[in-house]
Amino acid sequence: MRNRFVDALSAIAETDPRPFLITGDLGFSVLERFQNCFPDRFLNAGVAEQNMTGLAAGLAMAGYYPFTYSIANFPTLRCLEQIRNDICYHRLPVCVVAVGGGVAYGASGYSHHAVEDLAIMRALDGMTVLAPADPVETACAVEAIVAAGRPAYLRLGKGGEPNLHRSKPGFVIGRPLMLRAGTEICIAASGPIVGNALAVADMLAADGIAVRVLSFPTLNPHEPDALRAAFEGIGNAFFLEEHFGNPLLASIAEVAPDILAKMRSHPLSLARTNKHVLGSRDYLLSLSGLAPDGIAARIRQSLG
Amino acid sequence: MNGLKRFKSSEAAARQLRRDTIMMIERSKTSHIGSCLSMADILAVLYRDVLNLDARDPKWVQRDIYLQSKGHAAAILYACLARVGYIDPVELARFCQDGASLGGHVTTHGAPGVELSVGSLGHALPVGAGWALGMKRKGKTRRVFVVLSDGECDEGSNWEAALFAGHHGLDNLSAIVDCNGIQSFGSVEEVMRLEPFVQKWRDFGWQAVELNGHDHAALRQALECRTEGGKPLCIIARTVKGRGVSSMENALLWHYRSPSKDDADAALIELGGASCETDLWTR
Repeated sequence: MRNRFVDALSAIAETDPRPFLITGDLGFSVLERFQNCFPDRFLNAGVAEQNMTGLAAGLAMAGYYPFTYSIANFPTLRCLEQIRNDICYHRLPVCVVAVGGGVAYGASGYSHHAVEDLAIMRALDGMTVLAPADPVETACAVEAIVAAGRPAYLRLGKGGEPNLHRSKPGFVIGRPLMLRAGTEICIAASGPIVGNALAVADMLAADGIAVRVLSFPTLNPHEPDALRAAFEGIGNAFFLEEHFGNPLLASIAEVAPDILAKMRSHPLSLARTNKHVLGSRDYLLSLSGLAPDGIAARIRQSLG
Repeated sequence: MNGLKRFKSSEAAARQLRRDTIMMIERSKTSHIGSCLSMADILAVLYRDVLNLDARDPKWVQRDIYLQSKGHAAAILYACLARVGYIDPVELARFCQDGASLGGHVTTHGAPGVELSVGSLGHALPVGAGWALGMKRKGKTRRVFVVLSDGECDEGSNWEAALFAGHHGLDNLSAIVDCNGIQSFGSVEEVMRLEPFVQKWRDFGWQAVELNGHDHAALRQALECRTEGGKPLCIIARTVKGRGVSSMENALLWHYRSPSKDDADAALIELGGASCETDLWTR
C-alpha cells in the first residue's frame, strides 16, 4: 500500500504542481521515487513531528498540498494539536499519512500499533478520514484527497497487502464499496482487514451462506443515503475493525442512526487486554478473534 | 494608506496601540495586558515601517507574512490591524464581548489581516518555517516574521523549528522574541532558564542580535537587515512587561489583572493625556 501511495502521488505530481511530500525521517526504499522525480517538493523534516506538521501548514499557506508521512502514531498522536489547530482549524489541504495502521507492525510492539488513530482523527472537525483496504483503494484515495483539497487523514497498511479489487472501483469519498453481494449478513470493515472479511465470505459460501462484504475506505464524512443503500435488507451486520473500539460503527451511528435501528450490530475489534502480546499481525488479530475462522465462528453463533 | 503611517513616528503609533489596548482590556475585563504592552514597540515598528503590505488588501499576494505566536497578546494585534485599516475599529470596542468577532486569542476568523490562528504556544514558528520554505522553493522574496514570547520558548516545538530553519538556511524567516522576563506563574529565570539565550539561537544556526525592544531605531535597523551566510534572523528583544504604564511594569500580577476604570484613566494620562483625538471611542 505504501508503494502504491507513492506511485499514485508521483503520478499526480507529474501534472499538478501542488503535491508536496514531507517525511518524519521514515520511508527508506519507499519514498525515493518521489524524492528523485520531485526534489523541490520533497522534504525530510527529521525526527520532529510537531515541526513537520507545522511546516506542512505553512507550506499549504504558500500554495502546496503537503502530505506528511510517518509510521503509526508518530504523525498523529505526537502532533495532534498541530493537526487540530494549524491544519484543521484553517481547513488547509494537508494530508496526514500513517503507515502501519492497526497492528501491522506486530512484534515491534505497542508503541508502533495505531489502534486509537481513527477514533481520534474522526473527532477532529473538518477532517476527512480514509482507511483504504488495498493498493487499489489507496490510489483512488490519494486522487480523491488531492481533488478535494481539504484536511485528510490516510491510514495505510504496511507493505505487501494484496489487491482485493480486480479493477478500479467507483471511488467517492463518503461512500462504501461492495466487494461481495449478500442478502441478510454483512461484514463492514475498513482497511486491509477487509481481506479477512472476504476470506470469511468464501468460507461461509461453502455452507450456503451469502455474506455481503462492504469496504469503508471513508470513516468521515459519510453520505447517509449511500450508507442506507449499502445496508439495505441486512439483518445482522458485523463491524470488523482493526482498532480499539469501533470508530466505523460509531460514525454510522452518529450520521444515520436509523440504519442501526433496523438491524442487529455486532462490534468486532481488537481486545485491549492484548497490548503486551508480541507477534505477527495475523497472530495478534487471531487473539482478538479477528482471524477469518474466529469471525466465521462469531457469525455462525449469531445464526444460532 | 497604512493608517499607522498617519502617526508622525512609530513611537507615537506605539503609544496609541498601548492606549487602544488599555481601553479594550478595561472594557472586556480580560487578561494579558502586560504581555500586550511589552510588544507594542515591536508591533508598531513592524507594521508601520518594515512589513511590505497593502492596507487595502490583507491578502495581497506579495505581502510579507506576520505571525504572532504569543496568541494571548491578541488585543494589541487587533488594535494594530484596526489602525492599519484591516479591521473595523468598531470591533475593538466589542473585544471579548458576547458575540464579538475578536476574542482573547489571535484568530483568523473575523479578523482580516491575521494570517494564523494561535493560542496554544509553540505553534507559529514551525508554520512560519514552512511558509518561508515554500516561498523559497517558489523563488519568492517575501519575508516571514514571527513574534514569540520568552516564556513559550519552553515549548520543544520552537526548538524543532529553530533547528530546521538553521539547517535549511531560511534567511527569509525572522523570529522576534519579546523577552519581558515574566511568564504565566513566575519569572523566566525561576521557571525555566533560557540564558545564554542569544547564544542558543546562534548555536542553532541563526544570526542572533540582542537589543532593547523599546528602542525603535534599534528595532528598525535589526528588522531591515538582511542576514549573511543564508541564516535566519533572531532578534532577542529585551522588554519590560507592562511597559508604558508605571504601575503595571515588571509585575506578574499584570499578566492576569484587568485595569479598573481608575487604573485605566491613570494609564491613559501617562500615555498622552486623559483624552486623545486619535482614540477610536470615548470612554
